[in-house]
Amino acid sequence: MPSHPKLADEFIKDKERAKWHDQSLWFVRSKRDKAVHQLPEWELLREQASKIKSYVVSHLPDLLEEFEKNAKAKGVHVHWARDAKEHNEIVHSILEKHQVKRVVKSKSMLTEECHLNPYLERHGIEIVDTDLGEWIVQLQDKPPSHIVMPAIHIKKEEIGELFHEKLGTEKGASDPQYLTESARQRLRQKFIEADAGITGVNFAIAETGGFVVCTNEGNADLGTSLNKLHIACMGIEKLIPRASDLSVFLRLLARSATGQPITTYSSHFHGPAPDSELHIVLLDNGRSEIADSDEFRRSLNCIRCGACMNTCPVYRRSGGYSYSNTVPGPIGSILGAAHDTKANSSLPFACSLCASCTDVCPVKIDLHHQLLTWRKEIRLKGLLPLSKRLSMKMMSWMMQAPRLYQFVGKMARKIVPYLPRFLVYNPFNAWGKQRELPDMPKQSFREWMKQNHDRK
Amino acid sequence: MAPQVGLFIPCYVDQLYPQVGIASLKILEHFGIDVEYPESQTCCGQPMANTGCTNEVAPLAKRFLEIFKSYDAVVCPSGSCVSMVKHHYDEYFSENKEYDELKAKTYELCDYLTTVLEIKTLAGRFPHKVGLHQSCHGLRELRLASSSELVKEPFGPARELLESIEGLEVTQLQRADECCGFGGTFAVAEEAVSCMMGEDRVHDHEQAGTEVLTALDMSCLMHLDGIIRRQKKPIRVMHISEIFAECL
Ligand code: SF4
Repeated sequence: MPSHPKLADEFIKDKERAKWHDQSLWFVRSKRDKAVHQLPEWELLREQASKIKSYVVSHLPDLLEEFEKNAKAKGVHVHWARDAKEHNEIVHSILEKHQVKRVVKSKSMLTEECHLNPYLERHGIEIVDTDLGEWIVQLQDKPPSHIVMPAIHIKKEEIGELFHEKLGTEKGASDPQYLTESARQRLRQKFIEADAGITGVNFAIAETGGFVVCTNEGNADLGTSLNKLHIACMGIEKLIPRASDLSVFLRLLARSATGQPITTYSSHFHGPAPDSELHIVLLDNGRSEIADSDEFRRSLNCIRCGACMNTCPVYRRSGGYSYSNTVPGPIGSILGAAHDTKANSSLPFACSLCASCTDVCPVKIDLHHQLLTWRKEIRLKGLLPLSKRLSMKMMSWMMQAPRLYQFVGKMARKIVPYLPRFLVYNPFNAWGKQRELPDMPKQSFREWMKQNHDRK
Repeated sequence: MAPQVGLFIPCYVDQLYPQVGIASLKILEHFGIDVEYPESQTCCGQPMANTGCTNEVAPLAKRFLEIFKSYDAVVCPSGSCVSMVKHHYDEYFSENKEYDELKAKTYELCDYLTTVLEIKTLAGRFPHKVGLHQSCHGLRELRLASSSELVKEPFGPARELLESIEGLEVTQLQRADECCGFGGTFAVAEEAVSCMMGEDRVHDHEQAGTEVLTALDMSCLMHLDGIIRRQKKPIRVMHISEIFAECL
């Protein structure tokens, strides 16, 4: 897999696009700031949410059992999947049993994580993502680049072009209203034709056995109420203990995600409608392993609001695809490293450790510390490139020997100023590609001290 | 008797920016502090720690404690190095009283001036538009100012000190506390993103009319200055201690 710096470098080559991407996401971050600064109790809410989630993650087995019991009592079919493969097989078998040929889906990053779409398509089932953004990337045959705004990286002119090609809209049209309306018409048709609806789950409530799906387009409701079969796919960490906890999370989620006070639709599902079937597939896929780890357990607090992506200066300038992971950005780098450390070993380094993600996260995940901890793990696992390992070793030796350190510094200060420019600014000097090196002073501070400062 | 302060001058400041060390010393002595510069100090280990090489940090952390434990306070003109000592050494010292004490008595320079010496204003004149770059580690690890993400009463002692200087105007930025993109080894490993971040920072300051760009951390300034000089922008870069020292 190409490393993050390599993909980021490619993304930035188109400077204008990278700038535009940065600004679009910063706009969302600014909206978030305005929204949260209107709530004096914001930090209290975060604290509460963090405590509730930490409780959930450390009591997962009990709460899951409670949830299963209560969901079953409401007539919900509950399934357990260990990994992505099992998850897809379960979904497929339910669809097969009902002889479903067409499915509408409403935002679920979990099914992206499992690559459910291609799996079902291979089995002759049409599956349509009905969130506008996700449908756009589906039409492009690409994954989402952001977990809340899946098509944030695509310009409206490009969408016009895509729609012209796939939906037959007017050539050259880029008016969002016109394009959205055209998409709506086509999606409506898909809703009507479909035999089953798949949704994600934002919050599942152990106490009641019900769950909540938050959307801005209302497509979860449409997809599930027009059909007699609803399959909800959720990661096992999506639980909250009580119905009364929900208010905390609903207030945090939308504000963090888009700066809205609440998502337009928060749809509650407590059992199947008359004559209908409701299935829930609970997926582990490495989550219980993370729950067992003291260092990374807190990453399961994540409610997938996407705020850490919007604020991340690296994500904004490198785009979601540079992470090669279903969930990009700071939280994605942590989860990606946990899922496959070797393949994702460059992700924890795609971070300047500015810590803005940690301050923005509504459930108070210490994201930048976990990224730093991942760097240690990567070093321990021997996945750090030799060049980095060696240079750090050498630096450490030198710094343990003050005389050697002084000598090396002195030599550099003596030699570098006399070197011809092409020797200093060569292709091996990544610093010097777009930056000047500092001017070498005549003396170090300690040399100055010796000469000028009276020692006691 | 004035407290004895151990001056901690990070390795790259010692080697590349001696004027920052000199300015820090001058300020502390101006306020009557008895300063000593322990000569055996080198590096706090931050570059190795940020790369995940904790084994390589351990001996440096232990040396640091030995060198600095006997002072009443340790003062350093760099937020990120202070944050390294205060927040990232725990794993090398289990239940070590000396380290706990060191943690509590290690200060970033402006922090020491404002919270320990309780200096609220500075005399002197500096008739320039100054752009304050909020270095992330000072901001979000040491909490030396309020960050824009949190819903808290805004505060910023370093900014207040700057604003107290006659003729000095602190510029207003679009993105008040965005990272400059230095990030230690990140600056090299993720060169493209790092430089774009730096460029954006410089651009924000240009728009705001910054004449002198300053920060509590020379490392961010080394990166920004590198970009400014390559692009030949008319912005001067000075560590905050240099501005203070000029005003004494
Ligand atoms: S880690 Fe925090 S900020 Fe990032 S998506 Fe999850 S909840 Fe949101």
